[in-house]
Amino acid sequence: MANKATAFLIGWRIEMKKTKIIENIIHGIFLILGLITVASVLLITIYLVIAGIPAIREIGFFKFLFGKNWASTAAEPVFGILPFILTSVYGTAGAIVLGVPIGFFTAVYLSKIATGKMRETMEAAVSLLAGIPSVVYGLVGMLVLVPGIRKIFHVPDGASLLAAIIILAIMILPSIIKVSITALDAVPKEYEEASLALGATPIETYFRVSVPAAKSGIAAAVVLGVGRAIGEAMAVMMVSGNVPNMPSLFQSVRFLTTAVASEMAYSSGLQQQALFSIALVLFFFIMLINVTLNFFMKKEGKEA
Amino acid sequence: MDILLKKEQQINEDDFMEKRVKRQLETKVIRKRKTYEASMKVLMLASTFLTGLLVVFLISYVLIKGIPNLSIEFLITKPSYITEKIGILPDILNTVYIVLATLFIVLPLGVGAAIYLTEYASNKKIVGAIEYAAETLSGIPSIIYGLVGMLFFCQFMGMKTSLLAGAMTLVIMNLPTIMRTTQESLKTVPQSYREGAFGLGAGKWRVVRTVVLPGCVDGVITGCILSVGRILGESAALLFTAGFAHAVNGLLDGLSAPGATLTVALYVYAKEQGEFGVAFAIASILMMLTVLINLAATMVGKYFNKKKN
Repeated sequence: MANKATAFLIGWRIEMKKTKIIENIIHGIFLILGLITVASVLLITIYLVIAGIPAIREIGFFKFLFGKNWASTAAEPVFGILPFILTSVYGTAGAIVLGVPIGFFTAVYLSKIATGKMRETMEAAVSLLAGIPSVVYGLVGMLVLVPGIRKIFHVPDGASLLAAIIILAIMILPSIIKVSITALDAVPKEYEEASLALGATPIETYFRVSVPAAKSGIAAAVVLGVGRAIGEAMAVMMVSGNVPNMPSLFQSVRFLTTAVASEMAYSSGLQQQALFSIALVLFFFIMLINVTLNFFMKKEGKEA
Repeated sequence: MDILLKKEQQINEDDFMEKRVKRQLETKVIRKRKTYEASMKVLMLASTFLTGLLVVFLISYVLIKGIPNLSIEFLITKPSYITEKIGILPDILNTVYIVLATLFIVLPLGVGAAIYLTEYASNKKIVGAIEYAAETLSGIPSIIYGLVGMLFFCQFMGMKTSLLAGAMTLVIMNLPTIMRTTQESLKTVPQSYREGAFGLGAGKWRVVRTVVLPGCVDGVITGCILSVGRILGESAALLFTAGFAHAVNGLLDGLSAPGATLTVALYVYAKEQGEFGVAFAIASILMMLTVLINLAATMVGKYFNKKKN
């Protein structure tokens, strides 16, 4: 009798150990799956740094970043990417100046005033705007915006920084509107009610109480828009003319993204390495934007 | 007496003047408030109208210009130099292959990561690192994915320029999406279900398999729809990883061969070959798919919301 019980106990113990091992293995598998994102980020960073540093070292840090000329296929190639950096900065700034006010006012209207069907339809429309592929934006830009600019401003070629700015402004609208709406919706009703009770009109309340209360979220929306605009490649490539000029509103320009995309297919040697360096510079900008975005998101989380 | 009367008059006059100034000030303030209000109203309405107009214009312009160029023959043939006609069958197939391959790989990875985060992880530092990494991934522009995909998958892993390399690149891009939607739906699985299962003696893995996984179906489906939308619209990341060939292949041959998806084909036809009719035809297909995907996402969201309540 006693023997049977011990045998059972031993068997049970072995069984338990087995399940425990299996559980641990499964835990390990899930941990690995979870860490894949971290590994991907590391992979991207390491690859870009390894691929991007040699050209910068060979060309020279200042000559590369602040050189005003880019002639990668000339007999004596020159690699200066200041035009690309400035174009990306100006283009993004232009898109923000144009897109943020429109997105902001739309967001306030949709969050605070529009009701029921109206809000639903508009939100669906905004989601649709976000879902349209960038090459479609590029195509429409090529055939509507570029000739339009040529006619209206009487310039020889409409493929210009201005065209890129307008396309980018449209493309960042959905992110700005959506994130701002989320932030504005999260403002406590009590704030607005208190302001109304003190005699402010609804519209004064929205702009002087709700908007300041949601300012971190709206800032996050703007930063997100900056990230989208600086990273966009295909649509910009189709409307900006793609010539490495210093940025000017009515001239063909080349962005950081399009500089990489336009020469990658046929590049080799130092030229290709320089393209990787451009990607590294772009990546640096994106990381800077990510840190800023995180800062505002955290602030928004604390305020809410 | 006279003086007193005069004084009173004076006071009355002063009072009157004061009231008048006050009233003037008030009307000024009211006028200012009114103009402020009106201008804000106009700005809001104009912006919303403009946004709506943009959407309507984009959709109708693309459809009007594209649909006349669509034909059955266009959809089911491949480009031929002999008849000089362009067909987009290979591009459609490539798109389908790349969507299938990407989802097939990204689903287990993304769902697994989400399960780790919500069910297993106890170390806050690891959770923070994973979430931060996911956020970073969703902020990286697709051209950078394309470059790293080319360096890592095509060159280092020896996949060459192929649909599979493109799909792998898209896997990394879509990982955060699947992870986030799954995580969100896992959070709605009531804690008491898990406790009940544990109380009945189930091990962790059993609980995950039988209680948690069925609860995240809605998140997985939403994630899939969003990812399909993103894959359909992606071009910059595929240009250097999947290439732009127009050959008709089966699924398995297709994955190891280079091929253009619809978006890449659109770009090549429009920018490099100037075939705007073809480009608009593809654009109209993409536009219809985008509308469909958006509708599907909303409907799925509504359906699952109803089910939960």
